Amino acid sequence: MTLYALVLLPYAASLVCALLPNHARNAVAWIAGLTALAGCAMLGITAPAIFGGDILRVSVPWFAGVAFGFRMDGLAWTFGGIIYAIGALVVLYARYYLSPQDPPARFFAYLLAFMGAMLGIVLADNLILMVVFWELTSLTSFLLIGFWSHRADARQGARMALAVTGGGGLCLLGGVIVLGHLAGGYSLDVVLAAGAQVRADPLYPVALVLVLLGAFTKSAQFPFHFWLPHAMAAPTPVSAYLHSATMVKAGVFLLARLYPVLGDTNLWFVIVTSTGLITLTLGAAFAIFQQDLKGLLAYSTISHLGLVTLLFGLDSPLAVVAGIFHIINHAAFKASLFMSAGIIDHETGSRDMRQLNGLWHFMPITATLAMVASGAMAGVPLLNGFLSKEMFFAETLQLTEHPGFKLMVPVIATIATTLSVAYSVRFIHDVFFNGEPVGLTKTPHEAPRWLRIPVEILVVVCLAVGIAPAWTVAPVLAVAARGALGDRVPDYSLALWHGFNFPLLMSFIALTGGVALYVVLQKTVNLHTIDQLPMSGKRVFDRLVRGVEIGGRRFITWSPTRSLPAALTWIIVIAIVAMAWPLLRHGVGTPDLSVMPLGSEPTVIGLLVWLLAVGASIGATFCYRKRFLALLLIGVVGLAVSLGFVLMSAPDLALTQLLVEIATITLIMVVLHFLPPTSPIEPGTWRKWRDGFIAIVAGIGVMLIAQAVITRPSASIASYYLDRALPEGGGTNVVNVIIVDFRGLDTLGEITVLGVAGLLIFAVLWNFRIPAQGRDAAPTEPWNPLLVRTIARLLLPLAAMVAVFLYLRGHNLPGGGFVAGLTLAVVLVALRVAGGGHPILDPRQLAYQPWIAGGLLIAGLTGVGSFLFGFPYLTTSFAHPALPVIGEVPFASAMFFDLGVFMTVVGGTLLATMSPGLLPDGHVGGVDQ
Amino acid sequence: MTGWFVASALGVLTACGVWLCLRARTFDVVLGLTLMSYAVNVFLVAMGRVAFESPPIIRSGVPATLAHYADPLPQALALTAIVIGFAMTALVLTLALKARYVNGSDECDPTLRKAGADPTAPPR
Repeated sequence: MTLYALVLLPYAASLVCALLPNHARNAVAWIAGLTALAGCAMLGITAPAIFGGDILRVSVPWFAGVAFGFRMDGLAWTFGGIIYAIGALVVLYARYYLSPQDPPARFFAYLLAFMGAMLGIVLADNLILMVVFWELTSLTSFLLIGFWSHRADARQGARMALAVTGGGGLCLLGGVIVLGHLAGGYSLDVVLAAGAQVRADPLYPVALVLVLLGAFTKSAQFPFHFWLPHAMAAPTPVSAYLHSATMVKAGVFLLARLYPVLGDTNLWFVIVTSTGLITLTLGAAFAIFQQDLKGLLAYSTISHLGLVTLLFGLDSPLAVVAGIFHIINHAAFKASLFMSAGIIDHETGSRDMRQLNGLWHFMPITATLAMVASGAMAGVPLLNGFLSKEMFFAETLQLTEHPGFKLMVPVIATIATTLSVAYSVRFIHDVFFNGEPVGLTKTPHEAPRWLRIPVEILVVVCLAVGIAPAWTVAPVLAVAARGALGDRVPDYSLALWHGFNFPLLMSFIALTGGVALYVVLQKTVNLHTIDQLPMSGKRVFDRLVRGVEIGGRRFITWSPTRSLPAALTWIIVIAIVAMAWPLLRHGVGTPDLSVMPLGSEPTVIGLLVWLLAVGASIGATFCYRKRFLALLLIGVVGLAVSLGFVLMSAPDLALTQLLVEIATITLIMVVLHFLPPTSPIEPGTWRKWRDGFIAIVAGIGVMLIAQAVITRPSASIASYYLDRALPEGGGTNVVNVIIVDFRGLDTLGEITVLGVAGLLIFAVLWNFRIPAQGRDAAPTEPWNPLLVRTIARLLLPLAAMVAVFLYLRGHNLPGGGFVAGLTLAVVLVALRVAGGGHPILDPRQLAYQPWIAGGLLIAGLTGVGSFLFGFPYLTTSFAHPALPVIGEVPFASAMFFDLGVFMTVVGGTLLATMSPGLLPDGHVGGVDQ
Repeated sequence: MTGWFVASALGVLTACGVWLCLRARTFDVVLGLTLMSYAVNVFLVAMGRVAFESPPIIRSGVPATLAHYADPLPQALALTAIVIGFAMTALVLTLALKARYVNGSDECDPTLRKAGADPTAPPR
């Protein structure tokens, strides 16, 4: 239960915040803050179990063997702690950071939704659910980066982040599907236990590369790193929370999580180590040359994420421990650094390091805090960053198997760390010393106390961990390592002093070298003069986007989409070729003469129906230019088809076809009123002959295929439905039982289409006014003789009764929701045609939209209802109560579903038919002018 | 024999539908689509083989097998297809209607159009 609460509480709080008005600034901040604190408390409650080595699990069945469930081990607990604890600090910080113009309700609603999604990733019990939450973090990140949506850079940054991380999420989805397939299940317990089996499979490289693409895009690894600096357009609390402490860690979390399954192979080592090495070095090098404070921190984050990736790539359990340790440390010092940068921005009005100088005099407290945190970032002893960096150096020296990497890894690690010391020194020296501020719009001053408190807490954490690791972080790290590695946790020591050894030497080189490098760079190049880096991922990305755009436009010009007949010709010709190919290769074959239709052939009636259908359609084709006549003939074909359904033992279809026919012909007549009554003669005859040839070939093809199928024995799966309709679906009308029960989900989709089509038609004609001079004829007085009007009115109650009757009996006899809905709709249309201008017939009264919405809601809720009884979505249960007068009524929960179908069909059909019918009055919808 | 009746009717409906679909006026295309959708629905039902006097409604005493009932599955598919076909026809009609007044013509093949030479264009 606690696990559900851990993930769902932020979502609930997010909803509450979203509903609060924007002036409730304190209320939303309190809600968000208390949510984060409650999360911390819940983690505290579960701590004894987790530290005792338990793994907590909850789950309910979801679909197809995948559970909606959560699982918490030490690793998930630690990440959950980072998310909630830093979340609480960020909320406090954001409360004082946001300006009065920023809508706080929206901000905190997004932030809380992100928090829930992030917890979902770390706690998800199975890979599919994890990917769902993974994509949710991409979406909330998009919303938060674009929070200041009036700024172009915010919108661009948000789009780029979504494109890169969302695309990576799709790769990840593919990866986990392959992985689940290899492991024989998606549950983490199954997957983690199937490591050997997965690695031995030939599909292993596919799964690995796809999963790594997901992780690398999320964690901004080269070459996908470029979105992170542009995400800095977000408000600083967001940068501190999403883009340094939590979301970008999701990728490396995934590496830690799946290391026991995917790790320990040569391929893993080569890909992950190289990516980590490149990212670590490039990020650190680019960070030195930034002028934007947050840009420097962003590249530094990229570099540190590269360091963690490199550690996971080194393929030793000890390196995994070091990686997790560095994730914790980085979260603490980088979040505090971002917050300090935000304070500086807030109090000086600038983030440009060319303007910010000598701030030590104006804000000594903030400066001290930022300097301690930068020290941790650079890996200065007595601070937390030093410890994990030492472990990192020690690990780079442990490589034994890979000769190519053996020397390269420790050397590059030292160089990259030297670079990171250089940018840390630049951050301190350039901002707080180095002369006086240049051209600031505000006079800098110390930040308000509440804005500083979160930074102070984080800096204290950095110090405490750095000075006394055994008393602070050790138990947490132990439990996280056990969660990630299981029984393979190695021995390690968190002591400050390991004696004079190589890692210490590397640290010493990096620290002195970094300071020297900064001094030399500042003296020789003057970092302030560098405007833009020559290489930019953004430019490549932009060029790619442009390329897709231009390519798409070229394709459209090249393809025959501008002319509908040309496009249709292509489609039909391709379809003909695709069908003719197998037909010509294998022939139609000889019909099996023993296949005889059931029942006795209705020769005479059959022939009449055939003549009617064939004659009317040929007639319609030849006199198509006289549109009204052609329409009537089409109506005749429709009636013949519905008679055909009667003959072919399909009573439900016959009823539906008949009613749809009426609605369609009425609708076409209404529309024809606004179109020219005749088609002009088309220029040229060769085109007619060519189309005729295509049409005849298509007709012969369809005829041959139909003939070939009909004269062969059937191998239908329908016996299953025939067999089970009565005992399991509780109805004798098998077609209806299939529609509302066996294939209920399909039907739900189909009525949704109908409803959406109705709404779309209404929307297309909304506020559409036919120009008076554009009309073919002035609107005449409607012709509605009294007799027709009276009969139509009398018809309505009768029709309503028939509809209810058809609906009720539908489960056992021809009828059901579709037919009943169409009956009611058609009679209402008839009433409208007869001139009964009753207000309920006017879509402008918004009378139909609730029918669609209500119908879909009822159908959907009926499906959810079966969850309450512990069955999958849309499982039917039924009984047969006897009602007075009507007699026994089949009562299945599918009846509710059918009610939903009925309502949606009524609403959708009426909206579709009535909307154009209103045009004579001027226009559909909107305000009359 | 029955098979031939159904198949030939399908062929004629398809041919007429295809030919009308290839016309250059929206209204004619809609008529063609309507004919084609009749053909498609009948085709779907025919895929379950032709059966007479045996609708798929379970009668007591008759074993629930395909030897005694028409195949209900294609019928269920066709039923929803009919309704959706209506929705799509209605949508296309609406677009045709609006297109005529927005484009000034009900023609859907700009390769045929000569500037200002359309007799069906509503006067502006």
